[in-house]
Amino acid sequence: MNDIWYGILQAFQLIYTLDQDLIDISVRSLKVTLSALVISSLFALPLAAVLAVKRFKFRRFIIALLNALMGLPPVVVGLIVYILLSRSGPFGVLDLLYTTAAMVIAQIVIITPLITSIAHQSLRELWSEYHDLLISMNTSHIQRIKTLLWDARRALLTASLAGFGRAIGEVGAIMIVGGNIDNATRVLTTAIALETSKGDFALALALGFVLILIAIALNLATHWLSKTEREGRW
Amino acid sequence: MFPLIAENLVVEFNGKHILGPIDLTVNKGDISLILGPNGSGKTTLLKSLHGIMKLKRGSIKWSCSNNSSMKKQMFVFQTPIMLRRSVFENLTYPLLLRKVSNSKAHRLATEWVEKIGLKEIMHISATRLSGGEKQKLALARALIIEPEMLFLDEPSASLDGKTTVEIENLLKSCTKNGTTIMMSTHDIGQAKRLAKNILFLNKGILESNQLTETFFLEPTSPNAQKFITGEIVE
Repeated sequence: MNDIWYGILQAFQLIYTLDQDLIDISVRSLKVTLSALVISSLFALPLAAVLAVKRFKFRRFIIALLNALMGLPPVVVGLIVYILLSRSGPFGVLDLLYTTAAMVIAQIVIITPLITSIAHQSLRELWSEYHDLLISMNTSHIQRIKTLLWDARRALLTASLAGFGRAIGEVGAIMIVGGNIDNATRVLTTAIALETSKGDFALALALGFVLILIAIALNLATHWLSKTEREGRW
Repeated sequence: MFPLIAENLVVEFNGKHILGPIDLTVNKGDISLILGPNGSGKTTLLKSLHGIMKLKRGSIKWSCSNNSSMKKQMFVFQTPIMLRRSVFENLTYPLLLRKVSNSKAHRLATEWVEKIGLKEIMHISATRLSGGEKQKLALARALIIEPEMLFLDEPSASLDGKTTVEIENLLKSCTKNGTTIMMSTHDIGQAKRLAKNILFLNKGILESNQLTETFFLEPTSPNAQKFITGEIVE
């Protein structure tokens, strides 16, 4: 119990004193996660809309596959990305292993199926509501997709936030492909894992509290900015 | 665009015969009302003519290309489908789809929102409107593009008298601008008030297609006679 109180105390102290290591690690965590989130959302959200609107061969298979990949073990993703980016791998020439770019790639692989599946659920419901109207208005596929993405934007934000939550808390894959190198690829989760293995529970807890604070603050800010749950709005 | 010629129209759903064979011609300026008991195929006929229902057999021909005709026709559904946007944005939506400039779309939407009496609440979500308000908005959204052909599926079903009058007035004013109307209804009074000619549909068969005056005086179909006098049509 003392460790927890000490951890809380140290977390506040680290935040209050704007500890440089803490700031560097937190900023790196945010940079990696937000980069993965933006790139993943740019791909996942339109894909979810296409899956909702268009009927094509293997559509059901793709949806089932994406649902299955939601539970992809991060360590396995880390291993596969590691093999692909290692010197003997097909993308070894890019020299990305043990960089933040490799960590972003691993996170994209992990969160894309999650964001796509959650977004697809919302868009499928909206499409069943809009189907007759948009067909009768002779809209093109692109117009339908744009309309769905815009009108479901708050549900899509929730899908993206779920992806953010998964990515910021991820440790296995980024540990493998990033290497947890000090001042280079160390992020909050890998730093927590390291401090725990060293027995420095207080610092690990402090970093943990910061991680939780960042996740909550970003979620609250997004909800506030997007006016979710505001009276009279969707 | 006119005449619209439907030849040997047959619709089946899951192997079950729903409609036809029907031969029908719609000329410019017609106000045709489709009467018939529940399940007679009124909605199916409207959707088929509009081109949003797959035909088993037969053809629907406009004097212009199908793509061009689709841009000049609108459909108002029995249960109005509202986009999850504001009242105002629902009105600008079909205009912006047709690449009408923003300023013109705003001007027209402002005119129409006033015309249908929703100016005070034009910025609230359309999904929060009452049934009557939604139907007026759906009709205004259809009329705002000045369609040459308007299909309406029981637009005043379950609405109060005041809203029904408002909707009928909107329809009368749009016919003065040359819009051709085809509408289904259960309301014999409404048919008398609005229609130039009446199509009587029973069990998917077009049993009569007569001018309004002659339909009510000398219906050619015995079932239509029963329907007019309020008897059950089997």
